[in-house]
Amino acid sequence: MIEVVEIIVGALMLLFAVLAIESKKLINSVIYMSLMSLLSVVSFIIMKAPDVGITEAVIGSGLVTFLFVITLTQIKKTGDTK
Amino acid sequence: MSQYLYIILMLVGIYGLLSQKNIIKMIISLNILELGLNLFIISTGYISGSNAPIIIFENDTNFVDPLPQAIVLTAIVIGFGVTAVALMLARNIYKKNGTLEIDEIRGEDND
Amino acid sequence: MKRIIAILLTVAVGIFIFTGLYGEDSDFKAFGEKNISDTVANSYVDKNVDADRESPESGSANVVTSIVVNYRSLDTLGEVTVLFVSALGVALLGGFLKEKVTFSVKPGFILKNGMKIISGIILITGIYIFIHGHLSPGGGFPGGAMIGSSFLLMYLSDEEFKTKITAFKIMEGTAGSLILIIGLAGLSIGGYFLYNFLPNGNVGDLISAGIVPILYVLVGLKVGSEISNLLGNFLNGEVE
Repeated sequence: MIEVVEIIVGALMLLFAVLAIESKKLINSVIYMSLMSLLSVVSFIIMKAPDVGITEAVIGSGLVTFLFVITLTQIKKTGDTK
Repeated sequence: MSQYLYIILMLVGIYGLLSQKNIIKMIISLNILELGLNLFIISTGYISGSNAPIIIFENDTNFVDPLPQAIVLTAIVIGFGVTAVALMLARNIYKKNGTLEIDEIRGEDND
Repeated sequence: MKRIIAILLTVAVGIFIFTGLYGEDSDFKAFGEKNISDTVANSYVDKNVDADRESPESGSANVVTSIVVNYRSLDTLGEVTVLFVSALGVALLGGFLKEKVTFSVKPGFILKNGMKIISGIILITGIYIFIHGHLSPGGGFPGGAMIGSSFLLMYLSDEEFKTKITAFKIMEGTAGSLILIIGLAGLSIGGYFLYNFLPNGNVGDLISAGIVPILYVLVGLKVGSEISNLLGNFLNGEVE
């Protein structure tokens, strides 16, 4: 049962990674990356590493997303990119 | 089986670094590469049927390998520092040139 | 044209990695089938809990903490230096921008009054996590990042909050110097830099394991003040 959960989480992370690279708006890529960091915490806990899980949850979902969003407000067009 | 998925995640990050033209998408691909690498390093230390490395009773030592976890704990914080400096450089590039695509900054010289 | 070259290069790197790891003549074990008695970490775990000794060598209940602070403490010192250099880089690059980040939406009622309750709870949780670093999972690095998050909430919800607090610079310098002084004291007593010279107590008490809790508290305070400085310089790019 645990192996099925691990494979589903891994496949979802791969799908979000491909969507983050090939999307047209920049704000969508940042949201997909925050979702990937959230799913990786589940993978770390299933592989019995609690220290690494706490560190990735604090840094990946709170601080890195903030840095990207502040940079995107300083650029005039947050809309379509080529 | 899940180790193959982590190696493919690293390869998706390398493809994103090689083929994108916007500087912010390059920084996002660098973050995807580092996430896949940390997951792969911890998966080499897993032993089936063992517990997390915290001592509860005195004589029960059936732990997973604790050495890769000590390495990845440092690597996550260093990745955050690199992302912060890279985003400040991107803001300075935008202020000087007015755009963030590498075709228009370099000046369209095809050889 | 650029995409085709990128796909070919990625497939070549992928084939190289797969045949190197899972080929015929490689000693890479499959997932989950490792034997712990032929790794380096076997002696670390053995010295931590042993029925034949009268007291274990390192004495902390969290094995990853005793590796990070006691057996490989020079790497932790190098990692704190890398964070210091990146905070310095952000502060220097922000001096060229000369403008303040302003938002078009003013902070509303919920943000201003929710901040007064929540940011105190986040600060106390961060301090709890790095004080109990040798008894439960966590340690100095996530505890310091939580202190940085609580100050980020204070920056975002009040416009006149000063983002250059001099108490952070004093705390960061003091914590860094104390780590070096404890290391030099260990050198003069035991013969090695950062030698564990206080006695180990019982496994599981709050005051146990020698200098490990003292070092983790200093590392947590230094990382917390560095991350708060970095986020403050990220928002306001002006030199005073």
